[in-house]
Amino acid sequence: MTVLNIENVSKKYQLHQKGNSNDDLRDTLTRWSKNILKPSSKKSKTEEFWALKDINLEVKQGDRLGLVGANGAGKSTLLKVLSQITEPTTGIVRVKGRMASLLEVGTGFHPELTGRENIFLNGAILGMHKSEILKHFEAIVEFAGISKFIDTPVKRYSSGMYVRLGFAIAAHLEPEILVVDEVLAVGDADFQKKSIGKMRDVSNSGRTLIFVSHNLTAVQGLCDKGAYLRGGELIKYGKIDEVVNEYVKTVSKFQLKQNWATPEEGPGNEQVRIKSISLLSNETIVRDNFDTRTPLKMTFEYWNLMDSAELNVSLFLYSMTGECVFNIGDDAKIYKKGIVSSECLIPGDFLNDGSYYISVMIVKDRLAPVYFFEDALAFDIIDYREGTDWYGKWPGAIRPKMISINSVQKELL
Amino acid sequence: MDAKERIITAQKSTTDYIKEIWDYKELFWILAKRDLLVKYKQTILGIGWSVIRPLITMIVMAFAFGKIGKLDTNTAIPFTLVVAPGVIVWLFFSQSLMALSQSIVLNSNLVTKVYFPRLIIPLSTIFLGLVDVLISIILFFIICIYYQFIPDWKIILVPVFIVMTFLSTFGIGLISAVLNVKFRDIGQLIPFVIQFGYFVSPVGYLTASVKATGNPWFYKLFVLNPVTGCIDALRWCMLGDFAKFNWESFIPVIVFLVVTFFISIKFFRKHENSFVDHI
Repeated sequence: MTVLNIENVSKKYQLHQKGNSNDDLRDTLTRWSKNILKPSSKKSKTEEFWALKDINLEVKQGDRLGLVGANGAGKSTLLKVLSQITEPTTGIVRVKGRMASLLEVGTGFHPELTGRENIFLNGAILGMHKSEILKHFEAIVEFAGISKFIDTPVKRYSSGMYVRLGFAIAAHLEPEILVVDEVLAVGDADFQKKSIGKMRDVSNSGRTLIFVSHNLTAVQGLCDKGAYLRGGELIKYGKIDEVVNEYVKTVSKFQLKQNWATPEEGPGNEQVRIKSISLLSNETIVRDNFDTRTPLKMTFEYWNLMDSAELNVSLFLYSMTGECVFNIGDDAKIYKKGIVSSECLIPGDFLNDGSYYISVMIVKDRLAPVYFFEDALAFDIIDYREGTDWYGKWPGAIRPKMISINSVQKELL
Repeated sequence: MDAKERIITAQKSTTDYIKEIWDYKELFWILAKRDLLVKYKQTILGIGWSVIRPLITMIVMAFAFGKIGKLDTNTAIPFTLVVAPGVIVWLFFSQSLMALSQSIVLNSNLVTKVYFPRLIIPLSTIFLGLVDVLISIILFFIICIYYQFIPDWKIILVPVFIVMTFLSTFGIGLISAVLNVKFRDIGQLIPFVIQFGYFVSPVGYLTASVKATGNPWFYKLFVLNPVTGCIDALRWCMLGDFAKFNWESFIPVIVFLVVTFFISIKFFRKHENSFVDHI
C-alpha cells in the first residue's frame, strides 16, 4: 500500500537581487510606489532558486527510506514539505495515516516550564493526545531517567537531560509514518545508540520511516530504500546500497588527495610545511570505491624547514563520530632540511564500513608536537560481505579478519 | 488512528481549514496554558498582577483625569467607575495587540519545526488577554460594591461588547503578526502607537467631552477609532443610565470589525505557509 505519494513537487525560493534576504518595509514600499507611478515598468527582478525540482517519489507502507545528498541538495526542504512546515510551490503530496516529524529533539520546550509541563506541551506539539501522553507518562520519565527532576524547570537541566527528555517523548509517539532529520547528530554515543535502536523498532513494527542523515552507515543500517538528491533533483531512487554507492561515487566530498607546490603555500609553520597527502587503494584491481576488503596506502610528504631535527610522524584515524580508532607513529629520526616522505599501509579486511578521517601530527624530539594537520583526508569504506545472509549494520569500530574464531564439532550426542 | 488521506499542496479549502483548527484544539489549550504559566513564573504575586494592573491603572486614571483634569465635577457616579470600562478595553487592546504582533516571531521555534494550523498561535495568545478581561470585570464588580453602585439590566450585554472588542483587536493584531514576520518595523511601530493611543481614545475622559470641544472634524475622526466605539459601548452597558448609546462610534467599529476580520484571516492564510521562509 502506498502511504506517501510525492507528485511533481517543486519548491521555489526568491532570492533578492541585493543579496539581502531580509526585505525591509522600505524596499517593499518603494517597489509598490514605483509600480503605482509607472505601471508599465518591469517588476523588480528577484532571482529564483529552486530548492526542489520536480520530485516524484512513492513510499510504500513499511518502507524505510533514507534520503542522502550533500548539504543544500534539498533533503531538508523535502522533509519540511512533507512535514507541512512549508508548502510546495507546485505539485501534490498525498499522505495516508498519521505522520510525525522529528526535525529536532524537544521542539517547543519552554525553559521556564517544568519537565512535567514540557512533556505535555511537547507531546501536544508533536500531535499526541492528552490521553496518550498520560498513558506513556511514566515510561517517558523512566526512559529519560529524570524522575527526580520532573518538577524542576528545564532551564535548570543539563543539556544531556534536556535531550534525553526530548527524545523520550518523541520515542513514545506512535505514528504510522515517522520522519527523522539528523537527530542522531546530537547527543553522546549512548544516546545515538538508543535513538537508532528506537528507530529500528519503528521500522520493525511495520511502520514507515523516512530518515535523513549524513551518516551513511546509519542510513545503510536503518533503511532499505534510498533516494539521492542533488541540486534539488532526484538523481536516483532504489535499493539503499545502490543509492549510497552512487552517491559516494559522484560526490567527491571525500578528500583523498591534497598537495601544495611550494612550501609557502602549504599549511604549517616556520618549522614544517605540508607538501602532500594522499590515500589510494593498494591493489591492482581498480574499484570505484573502497570497501571493507580494500587495502589502503597513505602517502604523506612535508618540508622540514629546520636545519636538523629529530622528527617523527603520528597518524590518527577517526571514525565519523569523532572517536579515534587508532593512533600510530613511526620511529623518530634526524632529518636534514628538505622533503620528508612517509608511507603507511592499512590492510584490507581490517576497518569496518563507515566514514573515516585522518589527521597527521609531526612531532619533534619524541614529545613536542610541531604541527597538527587536522582532517587531512576523509574517506568512506563501503560494506562488503559474503558468506552471510545477515545484512544488518555490522557493529564495531573495526572488522579485522586477522582475528578469527575456529570452531569444531567435539562430541556427538 | 485516522487512515484518511491528507493532501499537501499549495491550496486548501476553507472547510478543511476550519476543521483542522478544531482538530488541534488540544494544542490551543496547551499553548494558552503555557503562556499563562510562563507569564507569572518566578513572580511573588503571580496572577495577582492581573488584578493590580487594572486596579492601579483605574486609580491613576481617575486621579489624573478626574481630580487634576477636573472631569469628575459633573458626573453623577464615582469617576473610578467611569474610567473602568475604558481601562478594561484599553488594557486588553494594547496588550493583545502587542502580544499578537509578536506571536508568530516569538514562536518561531515551533513554526520552523512542526506543522499545525498557524492560527492556533494568535488564538491562544489573545486568549490570555481574555483571562485578564475577566479578572478586570470581576474587579469592576468589587469596585461597584465598594461605591454601592448598582448597574442595571444592560450589564448582561457586557459579553457581547467584549466579543466586539475581541474581534476588532484580533483582526488588526493578526495583520500585524503576519507583517511582523517579514517586516520587523511593526514591532517598533506598535509600542509607539500604544503610547499615544491612550490620549486619542476615551479612556480617562468621555466621548461627549470631545464632542463638546465644538470641532466637528476632530470628533468625526475621533469616533473612527475602533477603540472609541468599544469603550463607548461598554460604558453604556456597564454604568446604568450614565451614558447614552453612541451610534456615531458604534457603526464605525462594526464596519471596521467585519472588514478587518475577513481581510486578516484571508491575509493570514495567504502567508501562513511561507512564514518559515521569512522568519
